[in-house]
Amino acid sequence: MMAVDLRSLEVPPESAEGTPTRVATIRRIVQETPDTFTYWMTFRDPVDRATYRFAPGQLNMLYLFGVGEIPISVASDPELPARIAHTIRSTGRVTDAFRLLKPGDQVGVRGPFGRPWPLREARGGDLMIVAGGLGLAPLRSAIYQAIRHRGQFRRLMVLVGARGPEHMLYRQELDMWNQWMQFRGVETYLTVDVADDQWPYDEGVVTTLFPKVRVDPEWTTAFVCGPEIMMHFALRGLRDMEFPMDQVWVSMERNMQCAIRVCGHCQFGPKFVCADGPVFRYDEVADLMEVHEL
Amino acid sequence: MSASTKPRVAVFKMASCDGCQLQILDAEEALLDLAGAINIVNFAEASSYMEPGPYDVTLVEGSISAPEQIEQVKEIREQSKFLIAIGACATSGGIQALRNTQDAGAFVRTIYPTPEYVKTLATSTPIADHVRVDLELTGCPIDRGQLLGALSALLAGAMPRISTSSVCVECKRRGYVCVLVAKGEPCLGPVTRTGCGALCPAFGRGCYGCFGPSQPPNTDALGRRLVDLGLPSKLVADKFRFITGWAPAFREAADAIADGRKDEEVAAP
Amino acid sequence: MRYLDREAFGKLVDALAGAGYDLIGPTVRDGAIVLDHIDGAEDLPSGVGEEQGPGTYRLTSRDDDMVFSWAHGPDAGKRFLFPAREVLCTAKRNDGQLTVECRPGDERPFAFVGLRSCDLHAIAVQDRVFLDADPHYARRRERALFIGVNCAVPGGTCFCTSMGTGPKCTIGFDLALTELPGGFVVEVSSPRGEQMIEVVRSREATEEEVRAAQAVTTEAEGQMGRSLDVADMPELLYRNREHPRWKDVAARCLACGNCTSACPTCFCHDIVEGMSITGDTATRTREWASCFSEEFSHIVGMEIRKSRESRYRQWLTHKFASWIDQFGTSGCVGCGRCITWCPVGIDVTEEITAIRATDGEVEVAEEVMAS
Repeated sequence: MMAVDLRSLEVPPESAEGTPTRVATIRRIVQETPDTFTYWMTFRDPVDRATYRFAPGQLNMLYLFGVGEIPISVASDPELPARIAHTIRSTGRVTDAFRLLKPGDQVGVRGPFGRPWPLREARGGDLMIVAGGLGLAPLRSAIYQAIRHRGQFRRLMVLVGARGPEHMLYRQELDMWNQWMQFRGVETYLTVDVADDQWPYDEGVVTTLFPKVRVDPEWTTAFVCGPEIMMHFALRGLRDMEFPMDQVWVSMERNMQCAIRVCGHCQFGPKFVCADGPVFRYDEVADLMEVHEL
Repeated sequence: MSASTKPRVAVFKMASCDGCQLQILDAEEALLDLAGAINIVNFAEASSYMEPGPYDVTLVEGSISAPEQIEQVKEIREQSKFLIAIGACATSGGIQALRNTQDAGAFVRTIYPTPEYVKTLATSTPIADHVRVDLELTGCPIDRGQLLGALSALLAGAMPRISTSSVCVECKRRGYVCVLVAKGEPCLGPVTRTGCGALCPAFGRGCYGCFGPSQPPNTDALGRRLVDLGLPSKLVADKFRFITGWAPAFREAADAIADGRKDEEVAAP
Repeated sequence: MRYLDREAFGKLVDALAGAGYDLIGPTVRDGAIVLDHIDGAEDLPSGVGEEQGPGTYRLTSRDDDMVFSWAHGPDAGKRFLFPAREVLCTAKRNDGQLTVECRPGDERPFAFVGLRSCDLHAIAVQDRVFLDADPHYARRRERALFIGVNCAVPGGTCFCTSMGTGPKCTIGFDLALTELPGGFVVEVSSPRGEQMIEVVRSREATEEEVRAAQAVTTEAEGQMGRSLDVADMPELLYRNREHPRWKDVAARCLACGNCTSACPTCFCHDIVEGMSITGDTATRTREWASCFSEEFSHIVGMEIRKSRESRYRQWLTHKFASWIDQFGTSGCVGCGRCITWCPVGIDVTEEITAIRATDGEVEVAEEVMAS
């Protein structure tokens, strides 16, 4: 009878810790636009430096001590993962606080999370990258990867739009690509909504570049990322060009607080943007994108 | 941190009862940490010593209800990098805004033997009606934890996160039994902003709405429900016209209920 | 089937407490039968009943000493397994060196007494959300013991039979009780349950007792206060995203979030950073959040679900439709708490029935109708 020891029912503890936070040290801060900065960082722990990997389009939860975490895509070369970059625009509670960071300061990095740009599936055909404003940041790593493996694609087209010349991210790099990379078969097309005297490229929204590119939709995979209104017009432009919907990929933005599909904030219909996305094949989300306030 | 590098914090009051300032003094053990982290250079309730500006963070308690306060708050704004309006008075005009729909002069004439010495404005209005406000902490009084949280966040370099959800969200987090559903108690919790820790429901009472409207409140639906619970519509209107009654959402709610009531009276006979 | 008399049941509960378990059971507080920490069987709501309806809950008294003759109060296991506020991580900064620790705590394990079948199903639903992703939840969940109760008196807002989740306990329990006037018929369903029942004097239940227990369930099945047709989910709600009913319910909905808090499966939460005023220790706290709050869908420069109808649609569609795509199960267990604890008594079964009745109706913008 009472000889049974109920304590024996106890489950022994495990040392589970969920997704670990790695500590990274800020190495360099580059101002991209009046309100946008790129933070280059390296992991403090040599093991993290040696083992951390990410794929283009994936995001990290960046943690600022006492301020909180935010989801930011990695904007550097996936084949050089020991030193990673995040481009952050100061527009909110946490992002504003990043402005106070100095080289040498430490941040937490949890990740990478999410579904990457499908560079593999684009192989053998043409790859067209369409970026608007800050939307270039999550595509930059894909561009690096595509350039590294240029031979895997027929044409490689990079179309970038911004509000004005001062809002164009990675300007020096884009100028460099435009001048030198064309010899390596990288076509760069740049435009701004409103140009100034010094702007040497096109003027107009990013969709005005489409006719100029003379793309062959049947053979082309498109990656699209930018502000909601830009995405709307860019996707309409691609539809008008009769792009097959399953060759167009988009990156979505939602409130994200956990990145492991438990906090519920990033829901987009049945999708969790943090895990099922942020990159989606357009035909997976086209109907959802039509629903107001989903 | 030495006193010179610590953020300079000033506390001012306009038309108010000092209850919000007392929340700072009542912070007890946190007060010592606070004193170590910031340099309070001006705090009327605690000390008569005052240092001139500029101030890194300024807390302003109270509403603008006298002519000289308009100039005073503009001066304070000029001296402040970050201005926080604290409390129901500073964020919505406070209980004294009840006069905004009445003849304020008549009150003065009734109450004071020599009304000509009393200089008052016809309305009691929030700080944000007069100068730019960087952050509002609502409540009558403000919540100490929310204030300390806001100051800690500012010290960490971040804009404080002030939730705009309803009192109910916090009431349920704390596991309080809903007074409206389980007792039929009139409660403004569903349309009131969280921040108080669901204090009144914790003691079995309905929420008075002292933290002001949640974002955005459905006051029509709650008003109908309170009438269904048996509360006369005049009392429902008065519930909205209380501590934060001059906050636009509650003002409109009270007016709408009062208008509806007039319609009923017209229709009744 | 075993049989425990009331005294033996009390001893079993005491034995769990004695073994170091944190007893969680129903008890009367503030005008409701709440789930709370209890000391023993004497804290259970003896001779108490309840009446539930849309937006209303009242305790009643019974002229017997039955302790489980009521449906359920505002809380389910969620409050304990997924607490409303929980520190997940602690970060420190010393001389510029950052450390972040996120280990689960080592609180006493829970022993739940008296969860209903709907509550046990709700835990199974939340398991699919948290068990693999969250070590804090997993640790509590794996250590907990569950004594279920087969529901005898469903409430006025209950519809578990429609959702296939009750009233008889079918999953997630170590022991399941059916309360009879003199004691309890006990179903033992796990090795832990077998160990538990060994602790006290029990006997094999008689045929008559087993029949009486079955009758309790059969009678309960016939007493559901609500019913709901869930055929054609998730498609029904997916194809009615523009249905005029959303605007109709939004006019009544307070967007206060009570339904999401009372729901035993709603898992959405905020992650909130707190910082000591001294600036050396920061905490990452998880707290229940509601998709009814405007701030819930905040992204830079906007709230995605600005209108109340979009928020109501998000909740109802998630609960009954997209949950199926996400987790392979409905998010609703038919407990009806969202109906009872809605301050204005909005009834999900009524809303879905209304949409089904006018399936495919699309809200036409006013300017279009005018032209």
